[in-house]
Amino acid sequence: MTTTLPDLDRPQPGEVDVKARAISRRSTGADAVFTHGSRVVGASVLVITGGVGVFLGLQAVPTFKRYGLSFFTEQQWSPDTDTIGIAAVLVGTFQVALVAMVIAFPLALATALYISEYAPARLKATLVSMVDLMAAVPSVIYGLFVALLIMPYAADLSIWFDRTLGWLPIFAVPGGEADSPLPALSQYGFSSFVAGIAVSMMVMPMACAVMRQVFSQTPPGEKEAALALGASTWGMIRTVVLPFGRGGIIGGTMLAMGRALGETIAVALILSPSFEIKASVTEKGGSTISSLIANRFGDASTSQLSALLAAGLVLFLITLLINTLAAIVVNRSRSGADTD
Amino acid sequence: MTTLDRNGPDLSQPAPGKTFLPSYDDDAPPPVPRASLGRMTPDELFVRAGAWFAALGLAWVTTQRLLPMPGIPWFLLAWFFFGLVVTAVATAATGTWIDVKDRVAASLVTGLALFVGAALVSVVTYVAVKGYKPVINLNFWFDDMAGVGPKDAFDQGGIRHAIIGSLIEIGIAVAITLPLGVGTAVFMTEVGGTFARIVRTLVEAMTALPSIVAGLFIYSVWIIALGNPRSGFAASLALSVMMLPIIARASDVVLRVVPGGLREASLALGASRWRTVWHVVLPTARPGLATALILGIARGIGETSPVLLTSGAADFTKTNPFEGAMNSLPLFIFGNVRSGNDEGIQRAYGAALVLLILVLVLFVVARLLARPRKTTSRRSSKAGS
Repeated sequence: MTTTLPDLDRPQPGEVDVKARAISRRSTGADAVFTHGSRVVGASVLVITGGVGVFLGLQAVPTFKRYGLSFFTEQQWSPDTDTIGIAAVLVGTFQVALVAMVIAFPLALATALYISEYAPARLKATLVSMVDLMAAVPSVIYGLFVALLIMPYAADLSIWFDRTLGWLPIFAVPGGEADSPLPALSQYGFSSFVAGIAVSMMVMPMACAVMRQVFSQTPPGEKEAALALGASTWGMIRTVVLPFGRGGIIGGTMLAMGRALGETIAVALILSPSFEIKASVTEKGGSTISSLIANRFGDASTSQLSALLAAGLVLFLITLLINTLAAIVVNRSRSGADTD
Repeated sequence: MTTLDRNGPDLSQPAPGKTFLPSYDDDAPPPVPRASLGRMTPDELFVRAGAWFAALGLAWVTTQRLLPMPGIPWFLLAWFFFGLVVTAVATAATGTWIDVKDRVAASLVTGLALFVGAALVSVVTYVAVKGYKPVINLNFWFDDMAGVGPKDAFDQGGIRHAIIGSLIEIGIAVAITLPLGVGTAVFMTEVGGTFARIVRTLVEAMTALPSIVAGLFIYSVWIIALGNPRSGFAASLALSVMMLPIIARASDVVLRVVPGGLREASLALGASRWRTVWHVVLPTARPGLATALILGIARGIGETSPVLLTSGAADFTKTNPFEGAMNSLPLFIFGNVRSGNDEGIQRAYGAALVLLILVLVLFVVARLLARPRKTTSRRSSKAGS
């Protein structure tokens, strides 16, 4: 019982000369058209979107050359006297965004936790689409809602803040006379605080959607293990869901912050324009970069337009930085590793 | 426990090749459904619900009788605060520190979520209540503001021009962004390579572009530099610049979750890459793509700032987007709120209601499209076509 290997070296009778098929990843025919066509589409989108960035950069150069560093330190924006600077506007932008995030963050976190952990299973889909709907409501409607309905209540709250927490500079309103029986109500409305409320309504659903998505990807096995070990619902959330979703919480908050920085119309409807750095967020008046652009583009000369574009570039770079950091944080977290 | 039916076959000598249904003991107690493990016990229910009733009373006493805090907002705030405190105290009386934390956290999370829901509902109701007056007049839908003074009654004038303008502008923007956005997403996921990575990075970066800057870009290029007048088309361009990265990124996410196995199966069956994309990847991702598109539209149709800079506002209906100013719903709202007179503000609310209805309809359509299709309906539609 022996087996013999066929003698491969010896030429077989009647053998056809077989060659290995050439293997190539290069696409041919319709595939080549598809590959190159989609590459062209991608390139055109690159040109369009990249063009905006390049254009903003180029347009901003004359402004930066002309005003130099004082563009970032000057508070006034008065083209008539040739003093243009974004210091106050930049601070105002961050004040509004920070107020918005202080309000939106706890609400977004709680809503995301409620939807993913506490809500009855039947209601979940409805609640998710309600949050999405909230994100889709046009910002001008939130602006209307806050400017005409919430504003008086917010002003009352500002007065209360001034009375009880007036020793904090962010709540102290000079000239507000909070302690007198009839405070100067006009000093308390139209403030960064009120604008922040409107912006928070806009960005809350966005942060909530990101957080909820990450929470819903928590491995059920780990959750069940925590419950099986005797954890209460809150214990399970604190030890499993929140650590797992940390990346989503941070990332969602930063994404919302990026959106809050660029919000225009609600802020333009609420904030009464003024160009000075204010320590207090509840004091009347303020300005953000986007509301500055919305208010001033109409009567702008060419050089002033370029200054507005420079301000827009600064805003874009800030939001870009924040969004990139957010994307890195979200991608680094464990969430969404497997989709297959 | 169970005894065999006396009339049944003798099991000690089973009849070969025959099966018998088991019979049941008539004397056994009827089966009792097991108590649910997840439901609250009456005790727990009493502590949880009772705490909120107690808090209601406490809040009333504190805000209306003891402290000068009139008004509903303070009352609700006090109710929420006392609710948490009473829940904590009542739970601590019977349970452990862990129970206290659990229940307080549950109440806090639920309360805040309810607050968010109330905010959404109140926005919608407020706009509906404030805006229904002009909207119930038919001419508000089918007439425009040409020759209508700002203080005229609501049976004159309407927002036909703004609705048509919004639809035309968003239509052009979709015609530009849909092929480009989905095409880019296909390029990023299906073709890949270094260049695709660059495109993806840039597209993700450009989603950060504030909408006002998109408007300013078109304003300074299309209107100032190229000397075109303000028009609906310029507004569509601005909206496209804003929507393009949003749609491309959303479609990219959708295409990436198409299972790789489907692609490999199609390629293994001998389909070319193009046919794989067209017949497998895109149909699989279709609901997701539709949702991405409609969410992009919902975002774009309500965006005021790009339109504000580029389109200009006209009082009359205009169907040609290439010449002259064109109004749109967000712009109409903004302009009328800024005008400051009562009728104008009411018209703004009416237009806001119309805009909200439009967004809602888009949303319902998105939800319907996002539902997975049933295979039967697909077959019948195939057969029909």
